[in-house]
Amino acid sequence: MTKIILKDKIFKVVNKSIGKIDGLYLSQGKPSYVADFVPRNALHVKMLWSSHPHAKIKSIDISKAERMPGVKGVLYHGNVPRIPHCTAGQGYPEPSPYDTFMFDTKVRFVGDRVAAVAAETLEAAEAAIEMIEVKYELLEPVLSIDDALKENSPVIHDEPDAYVPIPIPFEPEKNIAARVGMESGNFEKGLKDADFIFDQTYETGYAQHTPIETYVSLAHIDNLGRVVIQTSTQVPFHCRRIVAQTLDIPIRKIRVIKPRVGGAFGCKQEMLLEDVVAMFAMRTNRPVFFRLTREETFKYGRTRHPIRFRMQYGLKKNGDITALGMDAINNTGAYGGHGLTVMSCCGSKVFPLYHVNNIHFDAKAVYTNLPVGGAYRGFGATQAFFAVESMMDEMAEAIEMDPVEFRKMNHIRTGETHPAFAALGEGKDGTPMTIGSCGLAECIEKGAKEIGWHRRTSHKGKTGRIRRGIGMCCLMQGSSVPEIDMGAASMKMNEDGSFNLNVGATDLGTGSDTVLAQIAAEVLETTVDKMIVYSSDTDMTPFDVGAYASSTTYLSGEAVRKTASKIKEQIVRVAAEMLDKKINELEVLNETVITKDGGEKVSFSEISQYSLYENNQFQIAALESHITHKSPPPFSAHFIEIEVDMETGKIQVLKYVAAIDCGTAINPALAEGQVEGSVLNGISYALTEEYRFNKNGMMLNPSFKTYNIFSMRDLPELKTILVPSYEETGPYGAKSVSEICINGAMPGIGNAFYNATGVRLHKAPFTRERVWKTLQQSQ
Amino acid sequence: MTKTITFTLNGEIRSFSVSADEKLIDLLRRHDYKGVKWGCGEGSCGACTVLIDAKTAYSCITYAFLADGKDVWTIEGIGSIDSPHPIQKALIDEGAVQCGFCIPGMVLSAKALFDKNSTPNKDAIKEYMDGNLCRCTGYEKIYTALQKVSASNEEVSND
Repeated sequence: MTKIILKDKIFKVVNKSIGKIDGLYLSQGKPSYVADFVPRNALHVKMLWSSHPHAKIKSIDISKAERMPGVKGVLYHGNVPRIPHCTAGQGYPEPSPYDTFMFDTKVRFVGDRVAAVAAETLEAAEAAIEMIEVKYELLEPVLSIDDALKENSPVIHDEPDAYVPIPIPFEPEKNIAARVGMESGNFEKGLKDADFIFDQTYETGYAQHTPIETYVSLAHIDNLGRVVIQTSTQVPFHCRRIVAQTLDIPIRKIRVIKPRVGGAFGCKQEMLLEDVVAMFAMRTNRPVFFRLTREETFKYGRTRHPIRFRMQYGLKKNGDITALGMDAINNTGAYGGHGLTVMSCCGSKVFPLYHVNNIHFDAKAVYTNLPVGGAYRGFGATQAFFAVESMMDEMAEAIEMDPVEFRKMNHIRTGETHPAFAALGEGKDGTPMTIGSCGLAECIEKGAKEIGWHRRTSHKGKTGRIRRGIGMCCLMQGSSVPEIDMGAASMKMNEDGSFNLNVGATDLGTGSDTVLAQIAAEVLETTVDKMIVYSSDTDMTPFDVGAYASSTTYLSGEAVRKTASKIKEQIVRVAAEMLDKKINELEVLNETVITKDGGEKVSFSEISQYSLYENNQFQIAALESHITHKSPPPFSAHFIEIEVDMETGKIQVLKYVAAIDCGTAINPALAEGQVEGSVLNGISYALTEEYRFNKNGMMLNPSFKTYNIFSMRDLPELKTILVPSYEETGPYGAKSVSEICINGAMPGIGNAFYNATGVRLHKAPFTRERVWKTLQQSQ
Repeated sequence: MTKTITFTLNGEIRSFSVSADEKLIDLLRRHDYKGVKWGCGEGSCGACTVLIDAKTAYSCITYAFLADGKDVWTIEGIGSIDSPHPIQKALIDEGAVQCGFCIPGMVLSAKALFDKNSTPNKDAIKEYMDGNLCRCTGYEKIYTALQKVSASNEEVSND
């Protein structure tokens, strides 16, 4: 099929802020989420979590628990298969160590699984958990990346059966879960050629996604003996595959259904509860429900990897960057699921933003006896942009150049490429790529105007207790994982001219069901209300890797566009038969097929009825898949004005401007919603969100009362500017929008803080206490 | 130990048997009021918000027996598919519903606010909605939608 160029076309459905197709029902609280479908006869699960950071389980006695009233089953390492696997939902085979077991003979962090109970009530399960007797042999815990890398450090993964399914660096004996890097040009020479050399350290901490719906799964056995898992997941197909692997049952025995998801942001890109509910359902032949409490979610759920960066740059007086060095140590916690890919994205989603040929990049993901890092919106770029965009300001300052001008002179443009694209992939080389669309210059210009950049004055003249500063940063991300991720869609036509659109793509509340319906409706000259969207059911919808890597609109959207185009061809063919015309005499317009002279027409419903009941009957239907050959970056410029209280360390964001080029916004209101949600999450992550640990590595603040996420009261003036560009490889010119804007707050606020105070923040989050201490030390 | 309690639920008088330690959210969800969402169980996130005698309450930390004799409203009593409440309509029109998990609680908190003060200003909205967390939207579109409800109430009262 030839690629249709639609650049000058006026869209009818796409690029319009159509209301989300499920918005009305969700706003009325209609049963939609996993917990809304729990049958009255369901068993409830409670997990016994490890209270030790590092220990061998010498013995477990479950006999008392099994005899407790209402108890229907207990799972522990002694009665489940021991199969090494990776819980992170990714392409297969995964670029990750298989270092996880359903239940193991060793615990590796406070919150690791020990045993699970299924009982008639939650209370009965809780009571039974208390009766499980475990004897541990305590091992020395490893509670920092420095301790993990020490000679003779305790080995966290000393089990002999952990392995990597593809050849990637894995050195568990050194507590290294994964390693990635690249060398381009001549880094040392780049430093030698520089007028200025920089060497700085930046460090980020643990944080969590905290969707308002915690982890939740429900399983039952259907009438054919198959296990059906309804679960709050981003990756239904990966989940099915990993459950099959973990339980050692065929994929065909499992059906995974994703109902509405109450937020995810990356944390549900893992198989964390599904193996347990499936196993209990198979053993008891009862429905089984398992939902984590908020405390369990904080302690056992996935987190954002803390990363420490050593940044080295070489810079010419004229502003040319001659060398970029990044040495990153990523704390992946007790398991290594997303260690490699998050580190790879520290480079691949960050380095290409600015021209520089001499690059050194070395990153290690290190095991510790701390909570497990996972996918989190922004995915490595979040941490790396804190370092890189802070350094950009440090460099601009050294050559007395305006930070905006410095970035304008160095940023990548349409038609250019960067060595990091080819070098950094997911467990293999990356994909070389030329930038096809870049609206960054316009983002910078519009953002600067909106914040009033011309008002910005040097920190040197600022005095007094309350000081204001303005900072900025630039960002990029990707759109899908090229040559790896695949999305597919199927469609069929009904008698009333409506269409079933079945997609493997996974709407997490992002509105992708609506966006995909808009794309299909645009192709078919119809309206969104004629699209019956059904998504994410491994029995009923075609495959899709799921909602991650900023892929759904760009990747699954193109699968939908191709599918709808096939449907359109069939519609025209049937209409040609009905009207006795040639195909090239016809066009599709407003749910009809019409002769180009306008003389004759047939409606969609007439066409469908004809095809189903009248002559040469067949089902108008199609299925198409899509993979991408590039990962076109969205670009964004953020401008932030803050106020700093020099006596308390309090940073208040006054105004936040995010200008973003996401290609064509298929649904501008939903695109803005993605920007606003990620920006506020980013501010909250930069200023308040922090895991606090005791000396045993136990998280001390597993509650919204002590782990502070922003509320409406914390909302600053927020301005989103959509800057359209047209990405030829995306559906109707679209790129991604969901992740990029979470990356701006940390460097942008850090830069604004410097502008207010003349003090640089190297460690995040910028809590009052840390900021106050930094200010004290600087005096 | 159980007790029978009677209260008005979404305008209907209902009687329920409850145990002493049962929380209101569990009673409601047990009787298929699934719009009452569970997000933290500690009265922090607001997803379980209901109205008791026109005031917001976190049903996850409210004992069910405390509803005895009261006037209780859940999201099931607010608006309908054919005729959504103006708050729901404003949220949908603004694109303020993403995952939707926090929205029933948001709607009930907003309703309590507007029932007390039909034209709250920006600060009043921010302050009143402080007890309902949302991780998807960044609050911006929820806040804008509620400002629009306030503005439209103002127009009505000026007519």
